[in-house]
Amino acid sequence: MSPLRTGFLFAALVSTNSFADENLTIAVASNFQATVNEIAAEFMAVTKIPVRISSGSTGKLYAQIVNGAPYDVFLAADSARPKLLEEAGAAVKGSRITYATGALVLWSADSALKNKDCLAVLKSGSYRRLAIANPLTAPYGLAAKEFLQAAGLFDEAENRIAYGENISQALQFVVTGNATLGLIAMSQVKGRLPVTASCSWNVPSTMHSALDQQAVLLSGSDNADAARKFMNFLQTTQVAMILEHRGYTVPE
Amino acid sequence: MMDFGPLWLSAQLALVTTAILIILGAPLAWWLSQTRSRWQPVVQAIVAMPIVLPPTVLGFYLLIVLGPNGAIGSWWVKLTGDTLTFSFTGLVIASCIYSLPFAVQPMQNAFESLSKRNLEAAWTLGASKLDAFFSVAVPLSIRGFVSAIVLAFAHTLGEFGVVLMVGGNIPGETRVVSIAIYDHVETLDYASAHQLSLALIVFAFVTLFSMFLINRRWQAR
Repeated sequence: MSPLRTGFLFAALVSTNSFADENLTIAVASNFQATVNEIAAEFMAVTKIPVRISSGSTGKLYAQIVNGAPYDVFLAADSARPKLLEEAGAAVKGSRITYATGALVLWSADSALKNKDCLAVLKSGSYRRLAIANPLTAPYGLAAKEFLQAAGLFDEAENRIAYGENISQALQFVVTGNATLGLIAMSQVKGRLPVTASCSWNVPSTMHSALDQQAVLLSGSDNADAARKFMNFLQTTQVAMILEHRGYTVPE
Repeated sequence: MMDFGPLWLSAQLALVTTAILIILGAPLAWWLSQTRSRWQPVVQAIVAMPIVLPPTVLGFYLLIVLGPNGAIGSWWVKLTGDTLTFSFTGLVIASCIYSLPFAVQPMQNAFESLSKRNLEAAWTLGASKLDAFFSVAVPLSIRGFVSAIVLAFAHTLGEFGVVLMVGGNIPGETRVVSIAIYDHVETLDYASAHQLSLALIVFAFVTLFSMFLINRRWQAR
């Protein structure tokens, strides 16, 4: 590499460091990525702090954070992993907040179920496959299993369940018609889908444990001030409107 | 006590897949090695494609084609009332595509290195083409068959991405060992993940080592 070019590169590196010393890296659960993009855009408009977003499953991000990944804020899809991080000292004590609560929907794209009652179909057992997320790894999967058990339908449904690795894959199974029914997230239903629903039923939140999504400020953060600003921004009415529009309920 | 179910399921899947690939792959490999057709490079390229394509591409299209609205899947639903996706049969089809080059290429290489004279001798002695294939070509290409069997079996056993996309993680049906390990890691159950992983590592080494050892013995002869 020529000395000139090396010098130029060096200058570029120094300048990005000195001019944008305040920036934010957010680790976000995949199911919340589209929503956080919108929130981050508003946050950047208000604060001029640049935000980078890294998405993955809550479990994978958790493992990355424990192993020193350089994130400032963690937006998990559950409350268990943020709690663990807080207990282990990887997250700042007392920073943990519930930023959104998800909802579960029984949903189908099967044209044969057009204008039918999704719940009646589930109860009658006249379906081939029911897609849910893996209850061991995904909060929506656990909620789906809890609902099926509460409704007394789990034993009958069990050998017809197809388990998605996460809630996105459960949706994918239903959208492609591979599963007749799916228990998916309200936020997915409110998002852009390549097919239209043939039937849909909102699962009462009393039939499963709360789908609380929690955020924590990470102890390893080099941008704690900016991170705090973002955590506060998450609790503004501006963000609450975005959340409700996207199918989440907002904690009081 | 660890759960050996997924390991056993993977072994069954690999066994069935390997059997199908050898039976269907041998004639294909033979044709590829003997033909002068201008379609040969086209077929050769199609056979080799699963090496290059990421499992996500195969999985994505298999999900559509094998699904109840897909070309093969809809026909299967009419026939059996069940979908091919999320079933062991579906995984066998997926694995046959995924491992195809690993079975065909070693056999084809072996057939190509056969001396034409042996075959011609068999033909002049009155053997039919089929007879010559089984009594001359196959025994002389046994190393290629061994490689094909070992590689197809091992590659199917190590399959992950495609199964993840079309399997649905159903115990006893599609929850193969790689998926089980992935789940154990995701749920932080590292003890179970280690057990299954170590079993696979030992198996992979022993099979590959045996294959190379056999090849060396035969070379020395």
